[in-house]
Amino acid sequence: MLTKLVTDLMGWVDKRLPVTEAWNKHVGQYPAPKNFNFWYFFGSLAMLVLVNQILTGVWLTMNYEPSGDGAFASIEYIMRDVDYGWLLRYMHSTGASAFFVVVYLHMMRGLMYGSYQKPRELLWIFGMLIYLVLMAEAFMGYLLPWGNMSFWGAQVIISLFGAIPIVGEDLATWIKGDYVISGATLNRFFALHVIALPLVLVILVFLHILALHEVGSNNPEGVETKKPKGSVKPEELSKFKFHESYTKKYDIVDSIPFHPYYSVKDIMGVAGFLILFCWVMFFFPEGGGYFIEAPNFTPANGLKTPEHIAPVWYFGPFYTILRVVPDKLGGMLLMFAAIGMLFALPWFDRGTVKSVRFRSKWHLANLIQFAICFIILGILGTMPATPIANLIGVITTCGYFGFFIALWFYSKNENTKPVPERVSH
Amino acid sequence: MKKLILAFALSIAALAPSAAFAAGPSVPVDKANNDLSDKESLKRGFQTYINYCLGCHQLQYQRYNRTFTDLGIEEADGVENYMYTGEKSGDHITNTMPKKDAAKWFGTAPPDLTLIARLKSPDYIYTYLRTFYIDESRPFGVNNTTFKDVGMPHVLQDLQGIQVKVVDKPAIAADPENGIKAQAEVSHLEPARGGTLTTEEYDDLVRDLTNFLEYVGEPNKLERKSLGYWVIAFLFFFFIIAYLLKKEYWKDVH
Repeated sequence: MLTKLVTDLMGWVDKRLPVTEAWNKHVGQYPAPKNFNFWYFFGSLAMLVLVNQILTGVWLTMNYEPSGDGAFASIEYIMRDVDYGWLLRYMHSTGASAFFVVVYLHMMRGLMYGSYQKPRELLWIFGMLIYLVLMAEAFMGYLLPWGNMSFWGAQVIISLFGAIPIVGEDLATWIKGDYVISGATLNRFFALHVIALPLVLVILVFLHILALHEVGSNNPEGVETKKPKGSVKPEELSKFKFHESYTKKYDIVDSIPFHPYYSVKDIMGVAGFLILFCWVMFFFPEGGGYFIEAPNFTPANGLKTPEHIAPVWYFGPFYTILRVVPDKLGGMLLMFAAIGMLFALPWFDRGTVKSVRFRSKWHLANLIQFAICFIILGILGTMPATPIANLIGVITTCGYFGFFIALWFYSKNENTKPVPERVSH
Repeated sequence: MKKLILAFALSIAALAPSAAFAAGPSVPVDKANNDLSDKESLKRGFQTYINYCLGCHQLQYQRYNRTFTDLGIEEADGVENYMYTGEKSGDHITNTMPKKDAAKWFGTAPPDLTLIARLKSPDYIYTYLRTFYIDESRPFGVNNTTFKDVGMPHVLQDLQGIQVKVVDKPAIAADPENGIKAQAEVSHLEPARGGTLTTEEYDDLVRDLTNFLEYVGEPNKLERKSLGYWVIAFLFFFFIIAYLLKKEYWKDVH
C-alpha cells in the first residue's frame, strides 16, 4: 500500500520533472572507474566542507552584526551568549582552512594523474574558477570578525590594487567604498561573502560536476574506461547497469555505478576526514595561530599595526610570490601569472600519457619539486620577510614557474612507459 | 604512488619546525601552570580582578551571571561579593572610566582584557605581572622587563613589593665599522621587598588571576574539549561501521 503510494507519487513527479532520470544518470547508474584510490576522496570532501560552510554560515549570520561598531562584539556574543555559537563559529573558521586543505589535495590529484588533460580541460578550468572564487570568498570572510589582523590583512591586499597604473588608486577606493577600510568596506564584503560569491560558487560546482559527468572520471592509471562503441567484446563489458546516455555512445569497462559503491566509500572517507577535522576544531581551533591569528583577538584599529602582518596560511604561496618581486606592480603581476599558469596547465602539458605512473622520471621529479616549492612558498608567506627567506622565496618561485615551463618542453617527446589497455585493480 | 605520498609526508614533516618560528620576536616567558578546572583558583582570580584590575580594565564581552554560573558561585552570593557598583547580574563586566580621559592619564586608554589571554597567552600574563621593577625615569616610577615602557603603574605593588633591576651586562650598540655586533642587555630582577605577600604567595595570586583571564578569554574551553572527546569517540565508531559497510558492498566488485 505504502510502496504503491510512493511509486505513484514518483511517477507523477517524473512525468513533470525527470527526477528519477537525473538520479540514475548522475548517481545510481553513473559509471565511475573502479580503481579510485585515497586521492579520490577529496572531491566529495570538498563538497562536504562547502555544505558545512553554507550551513554554519547561515546560522552565524543570524547573530552576526555587519558593522564597524558591532562586528567584533557580535562575534564574542556568538562565542559566549548564543547556544553552541562557539561550535558554529569554530566549524566555520576551521572549515575555511579545511576547504583549502582538501582543495589543494584535490588539485594535486589532478596534477598527478593528468586529470586536466584532454578531454578534461574545461573541467579543470571550472575547477580553477572555483578555486579563484574560493580565495575571494575566504579573503572577504576574513575581514568580517573585524579583528586587527582582518583589518590589516585587507589593508595590504586592497592596497595592491593601488599599484595598477592610472586607475589603481581610484580602483582601491572603489573596492573599499571609502578612503580607508571602514564599516562601509565591511558591509560590502559581508554582502559579497554571504550572497554573491557563495551563489557563484555553487553554480560553478554544479557546472564542474556536469562537465565531469560529460567527459567521465579519470582514474589513477589515466586509462579511459569509456571505449569506442563496439570495440569491446560483450563478455569484457562491465557487468553493472549504467545509464543509457553513456552506454549508447560507449562500451564501458572496469567501471561501477557511483551509487552505492562510491557513495559508501565516500562515507568512509567522510568519517576519516571528520576525525581529523573535529580533532583540530575541538582541541586546536586556532590552528596554532594559523587558522585564527592572535592579533584578531583585538578589534580592528587603523592606528595600531600588528607586529607582523601575515595572510592566512592558504594565501601563503601567492603572497610569497608577490613579495619576492621588489616592485609592487611587478609582484602583483607575477602573483596573477602564478594563478594564470595553473589555468593554462592543460596546454602546457603536451603529453598524451596522463598518469604519473606511466610517465618519465623527469615528470615525477618535476611534480615533486613543484609540490615542495608550493609548500615552502606557503610557509614563507606566513613568516616575516628576511633576506634569507627572500632568497628561498626567489628559488621556490622559480621552481613554481619552472614546473610549467619544463613540462612544456619535455612533455612533447617524453620517454613514457607503455600504457595498459585496461586499468589494473 | 606510495613513494610519492611518502615524499610529501617527509617534506611536510621536514618543514614543519621552521613554521614554528613564524610567530615573530617575543620575550621569554615563564610557564603559568594554571588549571582551568580549578574553580577555587578561578574564584580567587575573579576576586583579584574585581579588586585590582576592573577599575581600569573592562571585561566588556563577559557577563557577571555567566561568570557566576561557570565558577560555581551562587547568584545572590555573587551579587553580594563580586558586584560593587549596582549593576544587574546579567550585565557585562564594565567600568565607568572615560576612555578619553584615560588616554590622557596613561598615554593610552587601558585595553579591555576579555581576550587578553588569547591575544598574548596565559604564560605572558603570568610573566608580565611578575616583572615590574623600579624605574624613576617612568611616569609611575616603574617599568617592566616583559613589556618595556608600559604605561601602567604596578597596581599589585602593595602585595608584591618592588623589584630592582640589576644589569649584568649592558647592551652594546652595533658598530659595523669596528666589527662590533649589537648585543641585548643581560639583566635580572632582585627579589621584591616591602610587599605584604611572600614571593610564593604572590606567584600563586598571579597564577589565579591568569587562570581567570584564560577562562574569560574562552568560557567554553573546558566544555569544548570534553565534548570533543565524545564526538571523536563516536566518529571512530562510525568510521568502523562505514568501513564494514563499504567492505560488504564492494564484495561484488572485481
